[in-house]
Amino acid sequence: MEFLTPMGWDEALAMKADRPDALPLAGGTDVMVELNLTAHRPAALLDLTRIPELRTWSTTANEHIRLGAGVTYRQVIDELADQLPGLAMAARTVGSPQIRNRGTVGGNLGAASPAGDSHPPLLAVGAQIEVSSKTRGSRLIPIDEFFTGVKRNALAPDELIAAAVIPTARGPQQFSKIGTRNAMVIAVCSFALALDAHTEVVGTGIGSAAPTPIRADEAERYLTEVLQGLRLWRRRSPLPESVVRRFAELVAEAAAPIDDVRGTAVYRRHALSVLARRTLTWAWDEYWATGQSAA
Amino acid sequence: MTLRTESSTSTGRIGDSPQRPDATLKVTGQFAYSSDLWMEGMLWGSTLRSPHPYARIRSIDIAPALAMAGVQAVLTADDVPGINAYGLDHPDQPVLAEDVVRYQGEPVALVAADHPEVARLAAERIVVDYEQLTPITDAMTAVGHVDWNTPGRTGVPSLHPDGNLVRHVKIRTGDPDPKADVVIIGEYDVGMQDQAFLGPESGLAVPAEDGGIDLYVATQWLHVDQKQICAALGLGPDKVRLTLAGVGGAFGGREDLSMHVHACLLAIHTGKPVKIVYNRAESFLGHVHRHPARMRYEHGVRRDGTIVYVHATIYLDGGAYASSTPAVVANAATMGIGPYDVPNVRMDCYGAYTNNPPCGAMRGFGTVQAAYAYEAQLDRIAAELGLDPVGVRCRNALHEGSRVPTGQLVDSAAPVVELLHRVEALPLPPPVDPSRLDLREQPGGVSNTTHGEGVRRGVGYAVAFKNVGFSEGFDDYSTARVRLEIVGGEPVVTVYTAAAEVGQGLVTVEQQIVRTELGVEKVVLAPADTRVGNGGSTSASRQTYVTGGALKAACEAVRAEVFDVAQRCYGRMVRGLRLVDGKVVSDTEGGIGSLADLLADTVVERTVEWRHRPTYPLDPETGQADAHVQYAFAAHRAVVDVDTELGLVKVVALDCVQDVGRAINPQAVRGQIYGGSVQGLGLAVMEEIVVTDGLVRNASFTDYLIPTILDVPPMRVELLEYADPHAPYGLRGVGEPPTISSGPAILSALRQATRQPLTHIPVHPDHLIGGPVALTNPE
Repeated sequence: MEFLTPMGWDEALAMKADRPDALPLAGGTDVMVELNLTAHRPAALLDLTRIPELRTWSTTANEHIRLGAGVTYRQVIDELADQLPGLAMAARTVGSPQIRNRGTVGGNLGAASPAGDSHPPLLAVGAQIEVSSKTRGSRLIPIDEFFTGVKRNALAPDELIAAAVIPTARGPQQFSKIGTRNAMVIAVCSFALALDAHTEVVGTGIGSAAPTPIRADEAERYLTEVLQGLRLWRRRSPLPESVVRRFAELVAEAAAPIDDVRGTAVYRRHALSVLARRTLTWAWDEYWATGQSAA
Repeated sequence: MTLRTESSTSTGRIGDSPQRPDATLKVTGQFAYSSDLWMEGMLWGSTLRSPHPYARIRSIDIAPALAMAGVQAVLTADDVPGINAYGLDHPDQPVLAEDVVRYQGEPVALVAADHPEVARLAAERIVVDYEQLTPITDAMTAVGHVDWNTPGRTGVPSLHPDGNLVRHVKIRTGDPDPKADVVIIGEYDVGMQDQAFLGPESGLAVPAEDGGIDLYVATQWLHVDQKQICAALGLGPDKVRLTLAGVGGAFGGREDLSMHVHACLLAIHTGKPVKIVYNRAESFLGHVHRHPARMRYEHGVRRDGTIVYVHATIYLDGGAYASSTPAVVANAATMGIGPYDVPNVRMDCYGAYTNNPPCGAMRGFGTVQAAYAYEAQLDRIAAELGLDPVGVRCRNALHEGSRVPTGQLVDSAAPVVELLHRVEALPLPPPVDPSRLDLREQPGGVSNTTHGEGVRRGVGYAVAFKNVGFSEGFDDYSTARVRLEIVGGEPVVTVYTAAAEVGQGLVTVEQQIVRTELGVEKVVLAPADTRVGNGGSTSASRQTYVTGGALKAACEAVRAEVFDVAQRCYGRMVRGLRLVDGKVVSDTEGGIGSLADLLADTVVERTVEWRHRPTYPLDPETGQADAHVQYAFAAHRAVVDVDTELGLVKVVALDCVQDVGRAINPQAVRGQIYGGSVQGLGLAVMEEIVVTDGLVRNASFTDYLIPTILDVPPMRVELLEYADPHAPYGLRGVGEPPTISSGPAILSALRQATRQPLTHIPVHPDHLIGGPVALTNPE
């Protein structure tokens, strides 16, 4: 197995173009476990840890965060909890402190596991994934189009993930994850919610309950329409219980879970409805309370 | 307890908590575990395992593996020079499969190569032609039963020549047809728990010039390994020498052989040192687990809560090979009524062969499973009769002087009532403060699943009942050699024993015993190896008792010789001699002289083989016998918060009171109680090897979950010290009891919080919310 060590981004793209079978390696928290546990042996590893610009984030002109693919969960938690609260909440649920110190959002996207903790909050806010190749330059893939199958994403063989471009929060966000222990657990299912008080749009993301991470489109549409229709954004009043319940039902219906060793399909659907109900209640309470205190 | 009255300036005697001799190395990451072994020019071994739970082997083609560059040897069953069978109870397990494989992961062939990756790839190239057979995956089916305790199923294929019943233990006492006011019947099943030791199976076999082999390996019992390896290699014990390598946890999972014979075969065949290290997935397939159990308990009680009778049936799934199943069956049967005084008992416990992973020893050894059943029954009795759960337990509790269902007299302290009252009296944790949300205090933890919604609290109690040491007439002994000499003007004691330190702290206790008995500060522990006699197993909570007993006796022999030397020097008999701080002192005449002066060049060395009092086999029809050495007791109180909508659990408190007879090392004793309680917590709420149709579905720490720090509450631990007059220093084995009662206490608390029956252990979120869907269902 070859170990490729590009010292810069252009060199990395050149190597990936030259060796499309090379597996990118960032924190190694997923790749190394795979290597240790399975007989899978990639032809080459492309070590991206020597490229400093991947480890940085910046704010773009239109209030988005451009999150370098090598930014760790620890950085997200410490530096971006205000701008990207949903992603930061998800990052807090990843593994152990050691894993959060090494693991990266870019790596999570690269692995594209249906259980990846970063994915639901990125779906909920409509992030875009910036990918690059040596010959074609950069392009932005909407997160909705990024996950193409179980552990598959929309990258071409010669492309690398450069960054995630994520709108900063304009309203309360929540993330909840079910696991059968209280830390260091892969999601049995997870749910992210983002309320955008400017556009008055609701975003969602569901993890571990379908072949890929997905949005709950119907639930988003329903809640967006109800909130607008009832003028609830402006009235800042509590949500009717029936709305919360219907939203939760629609989230559960959006999922396509299976029975596996981590949980049953029936349980996953049920749990998603509970998480949807609770996260919506927390998010709306926060929105309402902020408005109360502001008023 | 005269020893406590001796005045000494030294610390690190019994009753103290000195630092472990390996503490610094372990906390700084420098301790050499068996997986760290290395030798110039060594080869790496790899094991090809069966992918099927049950299949006939039609042929094995090793040529493609042999053709790989770097491969030094490829071996199959034909290359086993001795008897191709081993086992702790009886040899039924092949070193390498011959014509049939009986479980997924059964070793089929071995490769040695100059690089571990080459060895692994070569093993993959071996072509095995299997004819798959239909696996038997249920213990009750395997033994031909159509219902509880009811034979009648015919046509079940036999997995072994003598059928699928490994052992049936019957206990019959009292009235066979007793009458009771109220009858409580419950059925329970316990999943397969893994020991989940962190250091994978590993070792290094080095061929010797005399045609023998030196094996460095992580194990729990060097001599029982040696005996089995000798038989497989066709070599005498003088040619098979074992040395304990650094052990990264055991919990019963290292009582059976794993890579031992394999590494020796490859080393002998190639003439080179061979190292084998399992990876985590292979480790899950490479050692025995805790027996899954199906249990039916019928308790007949009077209206006041007095238990009139217990009728119980237990099936233990032993998997493909016997391992220690016969002894586990006896334990589950004899301890299976719990620490309760029941006049009329009918117990039937069966151990079965199936095509599931082999099961054997794990901390608690058959009593863990039964405790889930008997303690659930006690709670149901209390609920049915409107009584207090602790009160019902106290009403029926064993006492010193009681007889257990085997007829054996409980002839030392059995403070069940006091343990319960003390644990009940410990302060309860305060309720969660809703105004100050800390996700770490909520079920689900930082995963942010509840801010208090749906959370209900429950409190539960359970009592552990465990035999200490080997039972049923087993010749259970330990050997210790103690050598006292003067080195550089200072007395030094060297201890030689084959007893395995597996992390529990025996090495610390050994030093404490020597310091106490011989008054010598500097105690060197020689590596544990087979050059000294059998040290017995590091299991059954027995090493401080039995190896400690042997060491104490060896020290006493050395001390007697030293007093002889002293009196010869002094020229006459002196009364009341003691060894204190490197000096011989007389109670009547004061200082006699320093050891350095008295001994000079004299080396005093004594070897002692020490046995606990004898035990006796169970009567095959009634199970009556003085089968056990010592009984140990612990009581737990668990407080849980359950998210009743999501079925997630936070154990809020897990407090324990245990009678330890004498705390030789209080810190180590508490460590055993903390660790044991957590291992029990794991089985209660998360730990299960999920096996479907004989195939393991979660052979990794990604999906076999063990508790993290956020799953473990702060624990209050209280020690009682009621000396057992039969045991050295009055001590009682401590390692296992906390593992037995912590889980049932948690289940009790969970039932109180959820009002769900929770008859499958570990509980799943589905069960806690009352859902119909269980992850694993018995057939």
